[in-house]
Amino acid sequence: MTVETNDQPDAGGATTAVSAFSGDAVHTVSLGGAFQAYVARVRGGDMGSLPAILGLVVLMIFFSFASDTFTTNLNLANLVTQAGPICVLALGLVPVLLLGEIDLSAGVAGSTGAMAAGLLMVDHGQSWPVATVGALVVGIVIGLVIGLLVARLGIPSFVVTLAFFLGLQGVMLKFIGQGGSVRFSDQPLRDLAIKNLDPVVGLVGAAVIVAAFALLSLRTYRTQVTQGLQHPPLSLVLLRIGVMAVVLLGLVLFMNQNRSRNPNFPIEGVPRMLIVVMALLILWTFILTRTRYGRHLYAVGGNAEAARRAGINVTRIRTSAFIACTTMAVISGLLLAANTGKISPGSGGGNTLLYAVGAAVIGGTSLFGGKGRAIDAIVGGLVIATITNGLGLLNQASWINSVVTGGVLLLAASVDAISRRRRSAAGV
Amino acid sequence: MSQPLLELRGINKSFGVVHVLHDVDFAVYPGQVTALVGDNGAGKSTLVKIIAGIYGRDTGDYYFDGQPVEVHGPRDVAALGVEVVYQDLALCDNLDIVQNMFLGREQLRRGTLDEPDMESRARETLTSLSVRTVNSVRQTVASLSGGQRQTVAIAKAVLWNSKIVLLDEPTAALGVAQTRQVLDLVRRLADRGLGVVLISHNMTDVFEVADRITALYLGRVAADVPAKDLTHGQVVELITAGRSGELGISENPATASV
Repeated sequence: MTVETNDQPDAGGATTAVSAFSGDAVHTVSLGGAFQAYVARVRGGDMGSLPAILGLVVLMIFFSFASDTFTTNLNLANLVTQAGPICVLALGLVPVLLLGEIDLSAGVAGSTGAMAAGLLMVDHGQSWPVATVGALVVGIVIGLVIGLLVARLGIPSFVVTLAFFLGLQGVMLKFIGQGGSVRFSDQPLRDLAIKNLDPVVGLVGAAVIVAAFALLSLRTYRTQVTQGLQHPPLSLVLLRIGVMAVVLLGLVLFMNQNRSRNPNFPIEGVPRMLIVVMALLILWTFILTRTRYGRHLYAVGGNAEAARRAGINVTRIRTSAFIACTTMAVISGLLLAANTGKISPGSGGGNTLLYAVGAAVIGGTSLFGGKGRAIDAIVGGLVIATITNGLGLLNQASWINSVVTGGVLLLAASVDAISRRRRSAAGV
Repeated sequence: MSQPLLELRGINKSFGVVHVLHDVDFAVYPGQVTALVGDNGAGKSTLVKIIAGIYGRDTGDYYFDGQPVEVHGPRDVAALGVEVVYQDLALCDNLDIVQNMFLGREQLRRGTLDEPDMESRARETLTSLSVRTVNSVRQTVASLSGGQRQTVAIAKAVLWNSKIVLLDEPTAALGVAQTRQVLDLVRRLADRGLGVVLISHNMTDVFEVADRITALYLGRVAADVPAKDLTHGQVVELITAGRSGELGISENPATASV
């Protein structure tokens, strides 16, 4: 049991021709080596969110030239607020997509939950916390029913959720009425979309998040080094922390600038919605990478039979993924309602769900299951929001918006399918 | 000879009207590789599944370490320290080696996954099995060759201090060099004192590593003898005809009156 000897590759000099590695190589040599390994992974089809980030850059450059207003502070803050509900919905779809399933009803289910909250507040005079809990309960119940139908009865999730997509639209029409809408004006909830965080608080919060990330990364690195585990080079760890700090602090500093057209009413600070998105991103990153439940989601998505033999309750994992998805969808529905100020029978229908699926897939979550991260959904959501926002500014006919978004979804799915083929060929 | 680690006596098993196993006796000795051979339909898989606790048995006794034990399911068997590596390996391609080895039995520390501990233990197990072919314990299983996958599946079975490992056709889909690696590993398992059961169609593999050979013929044990007392041709006769000279079933069960 001499683990230490592994640290020195081929220390004994007894190398065989084919199996040239003794134990395993603990050291990834350098930043350059790590970069080369990354390039090899990308070439092998494991692209992660790289296409989405490149796409985002291209879109940003394109729209900043095509429209004079796109790069204004006001519009970019607006973009973040628009991206919020899409990102949250996409985040909710990640566990379902990890299993290789799909939830087509998530957008409508989210708005059904938001409608329940709206009705509780408007018609029954409940406070916003009660309404929020009520909405989440609606989401959990819908998710439970979908999950049981898929996992226990074995109906394809495509069919079950398509049925819910239609059925829940009917339910909303019944409760709201043709052509009507439910006001969504309760301040604490509405403020999520309107109000901003105090600039100082925003900056401190961002600094705390960066510091916590840095601390955790360095602690993990130290454990890996002291216990002789496989670890990335220190320079890569520092680079990650640096990128994270630049992105997060840069975003906050940018949002802290006054973006009001009226000098008497300054608008500054990070939109409150961003805090909700951030918190959910951290939560899901934790669940997917650090908990047993997250590991089992990947396992069931990778090979359900292997997971079953390993003693994982596959039915329970499947059901819970749909519950998680619709619960997240309800949060997304509440954010959307806060953004628009009302819920109409059509809320959550139409493009909402396709945007979210597109966001998750563009970000690098595979439609085939077993692959994807929480951050992918956020990056993908930003891409989708940039397209809708930018095209809206260009005063294009709405048909162009639909065609472009549909095209982007198709493109992302193609990238997913092609990279999957390359992965199986390259064996990454 | 030492006492068998696992012993089945007088096992009978029927599926409906089909009588699959007739009074089968089977023993696994510590530190020995027992090869279970037989033609398709001879009852090898059924016997393995009875040992694994997946199938119940109609009659017969299950002894572990000389003590009769009640086995009601795969969990009971796993608790005894018996692990089965099935032909399809049951690995998740999208997870890495460590994640696969601990699948379903992840170690936790304060509610979160204890990655350092799992990685150390996985590496320790692979090292103790002298596995030198794996580049990194953090590479995904999708990137491994067939032999390496088999190695990971076997290491996963050994990780839990198991006493007996059953390997179902471990070399069936492998090339020459990879078969070599897996057979070496099988031998090392036995040298560590584990009881190893090797189910195989390949006589070369069987004679290479097996200490004992148990041949099944139409649901009956045709022979259970040390490998050195048998020749290649005799085993083939036992598999195809159920008898070979003095050895084997005295009466052809196919034509015998039932």
